[in-house]
Amino acid sequence: MTTPSSAAGEPVVDSFLAADHGLTDEEFGGLCDLLGRSPTWTELGIASALYSEHCSYKSSKIHLRRFPTRSRRVVHGPGENAGVVDVGHGWVAAFKMESHNHPSFIEPYQGAATGVGGILRDVFTMGARPIACLDSLRFGEIDGERGARMRHLVDGVVRGIGDYGNCVGIPTVGGETGFHRSYNGNILVNAFALGVCREDRIFTATASGAGNPILYAGSRTGRDGIHGATMASEAFDSESEAKRPTVQVGDPFTEKVLLEASLEAMRSGVVLGVQDMGAAGLTSSCFEMAARGGAGVELDLDLVPLREASLTPYEIMLSESQERMVFVTQRGQEEAVVEILSRWGLEASRIGRVTDSGRARLTFRGRTVADMPVEPLVDGAPVYDRPAAPPADLQERQQAVACEPPEDPLRALKDLLETPELGDKTWIHRQYDSTVRSNTIVGPGSDAAVLRLKGTPSALALTSDVNPSYCWLDPRAGGRQAVAEAVRNLATVGAEPVGMTNCLNFGSPENPAIAWQLRECIEGMAEACRAFDVPVISGNVSLYNETEGEAVHPTPTVAIVGVIDRLEDAGTDGDLHLVLACGFWRPGDRVVLLGSDSGEYGGSAYQRLLHGVEAGRPPAVDLEAESALCALLRQSRRAGWLSGCHDLADGGLLVALAECAMARGIGLRATVDCGPLSLFSEGQARAIATVPASRTEDLLAAAEARGVPAREIGDVGGDRLVLDFDGGAVDSAVADLRRVWTEALPRAVG
Amino acid sequence: MKCGIVVFPGSNCDHDVYHVLSHVLGQETTFLWHQETSLEGCELVVLPGGFSYGDYLRAGSMAAHSPIMAAVRRHAEAGGRVLGICNGFQMLLETGLLPGAMRRNRDLRFLSVDVHLRVERDDLLYCSNYRRGDVLRMPIAHAEGNYADTEEALDELERRGQVVFRYVDAAGRLEPTANLNGSERAIAGICNAGGNVLGLMPHPERCAEEMLGNRDGLGLLAGAVAVGGGRVGALAAAGG
Repeated sequence: MTTPSSAAGEPVVDSFLAADHGLTDEEFGGLCDLLGRSPTWTELGIASALYSEHCSYKSSKIHLRRFPTRSRRVVHGPGENAGVVDVGHGWVAAFKMESHNHPSFIEPYQGAATGVGGILRDVFTMGARPIACLDSLRFGEIDGERGARMRHLVDGVVRGIGDYGNCVGIPTVGGETGFHRSYNGNILVNAFALGVCREDRIFTATASGAGNPILYAGSRTGRDGIHGATMASEAFDSESEAKRPTVQVGDPFTEKVLLEASLEAMRSGVVLGVQDMGAAGLTSSCFEMAARGGAGVELDLDLVPLREASLTPYEIMLSESQERMVFVTQRGQEEAVVEILSRWGLEASRIGRVTDSGRARLTFRGRTVADMPVEPLVDGAPVYDRPAAPPADLQERQQAVACEPPEDPLRALKDLLETPELGDKTWIHRQYDSTVRSNTIVGPGSDAAVLRLKGTPSALALTSDVNPSYCWLDPRAGGRQAVAEAVRNLATVGAEPVGMTNCLNFGSPENPAIAWQLRECIEGMAEACRAFDVPVISGNVSLYNETEGEAVHPTPTVAIVGVIDRLEDAGTDGDLHLVLACGFWRPGDRVVLLGSDSGEYGGSAYQRLLHGVEAGRPPAVDLEAESALCALLRQSRRAGWLSGCHDLADGGLLVALAECAMARGIGLRATVDCGPLSLFSEGQARAIATVPASRTEDLLAAAEARGVPAREIGDVGGDRLVLDFDGGAVDSAVADLRRVWTEALPRAVG
Repeated sequence: MKCGIVVFPGSNCDHDVYHVLSHVLGQETTFLWHQETSLEGCELVVLPGGFSYGDYLRAGSMAAHSPIMAAVRRHAEAGGRVLGICNGFQMLLETGLLPGAMRRNRDLRFLSVDVHLRVERDDLLYCSNYRRGDVLRMPIAHAEGNYADTEEALDELERRGQVVFRYVDAAGRLEPTANLNGSERAIAGICNAGGNVLGLMPHPERCAEEMLGNRDGLGLLAGAVAVGGGRVGALAAAGG
């Protein structure tokens, strides 16, 4: 075997060049030791991609171990393309969330579109047919002249997500959109996808069986996206605009065809392993597949289909051209797969084979261009326990500030509903197909989306949550709260949480304050996961979300999937879409407030959006109280008592009541025994339930048995929202509120 | 009735239509691959929603030239039933089986929302479960649903009674705000002169079951498979 060498014209590899590739001196030294020589130009490119934060999780791995990852339902935990859980009746769900922050900031349309494409491939490479997407988006300030670029980003991201998902035909059924100045220089685009399949049809991305062929399928390889993974592992500076060419370009039609062809090929019985080419392209797909199978690979790069003949081996290995897959098939049976792919109009080429050498050997034009050990590069990538320390101004941040009660609570309510943050998000949702595949019982805009699982009595519920302000004030409490709110959202529709995925969006971990945020957020999330018995089955870490030293607020986006065992328990067929959605719909129903308030204003919408202050302690999260509330809600759903339910979150009680009223234009008359400020408190573990009068006693008795404070506060009906509180009343036509709320976002995005 | 759903590589509503025809309405239903040339004896042919061949050119334009479309054309010309939904409607326009063309939506954005439709014809088999003037609620999900034609052609279409559905408000009134994609004369669906070919932008297959909160579309699909000209009496019993 010839020793690999750089070709004429390729740069000589030294530690300076390695530093340009983001490798530290230590990492470069380790790489040379591993190879027993200096790497070639191609090898340097490969190692820099595999060692990038995006691929190696080198700064987060040590903290991610805190997450619980097992339960009786978990089929595949972290480490596969997507995690898999048993959802009953012989079905499993595969899901994952992934960030596409850096590319979306540089080129919003393609950045967001390819984010959706990537997460869909992660799901269908597991053998699961994607049936739903969620998107969690964070933008900066969009007002005024300063917000012009941000409005362009909002528009591009929303179009990008829509055009891609709509074409592939996967409904986007929910998500969240937030705005905060900390995202002015780095927006967040976190895309989630969920797929389902029969439990015996799950595939893994494993290369095994020496001599088995490796097939390349889908789009040809071009120069787009080279070093995308590395870019996603760096902070932005004034030259980031020049990185536009590193953003990939998506083709949703090819994705759709690849989806159908892949699922059909996997059903054919001759496919052993499948992996998409996502971040770091051919490099990560081949290395990771080989590592999982404890195998090696030999690739002849001359056989990789190219868009232009002049691509170098370095470029071929690092291209992030979209809509490409790798299949490992049984030896001698590759033709069956090629035939399926070609019927769907896809090119397929045999580019190499699996070996038992444990090495990746790449040849190009008769020359060995790389020969590297697989396992040490993938699993032995550096792991850092970065120095972590609370930010210097933490005490100052957490200093409680007095919160003035509103002089006019109705005015305060309208001012809140008028912000893009709390305004109606229909302008976004209606650009996404939310009903294709005909499973959507509850779509975007409710606490949790609900999708029936055809052929079973069950449904899946999905939600995503995080409150970055809480996380900024106290990352551990914020991490706990994100999980608690997601579990509560699922409980409002009666779903039991079965698995979680997440996207951890932070600044540079090389800053001790950020490393501390990361560690604390994860710790808080892990505590809550254990309390609710929710395993983390997949996830993604996006660090270096900062520009010229300004980091985003810590944003550990959480997405949790739940199962409703028997839909028929919650209501009759014709009522389910009303009963399970957020919003009053039946006049005469009683309104019951569950949970008790502890007066929480730190990081609240009232404090932030109306007073421009972000200070104090975020709401305390009592995991026992949350568990009791969620158990009560699930019990009430199983018993069919509730005609509706909505959790209390951003904005507090008054905003939650207004949301229930605005949904269908049906009001309420209610009385609470608290002052005007408390109407905006964000005390946790609370929800509003509506029940027919005949069921009120059942609900109150069950609440008492579980120790959940519960009080009847009024009745659904009329076209006004009337709320009496200590010392005053809010009284408004629901239509007026609705006008303010629905016009907020369209006006803000101009 | 034997039903065939044409599958293009970018079809994405094929399974939804299959579900309703086969599981809700109990019809013998099969998929027809776009490269085939035979309809395998299907009496009803459905061109489903989706993005046929990616629709990067103009929605449905390439699909109109696919091998199966020659067979669909012969079937239609012989009086056979052809139902085009969303992208399928666009294909029927591109093949000339129905008149007119689609432009991008008025505000140039994809629209995924429930709309109201007024039934303009009840003497068609497809509409045999509705009465003229009925207002139906159905989802739309498209970027190119802005129906257009020349004034003369539109007048001709009206005179022949080929407008089957119009976008209206919940009370059945023609209002510009209810015609979200900006279609000429608020046209949501039309048929050919024989009444055997129907195209519409809204998705009846997504609102054909009680569990999804809306069954207004079931009548249309039930009408499409109705035998002879009679009403479908068993509609309520057939619901899923």
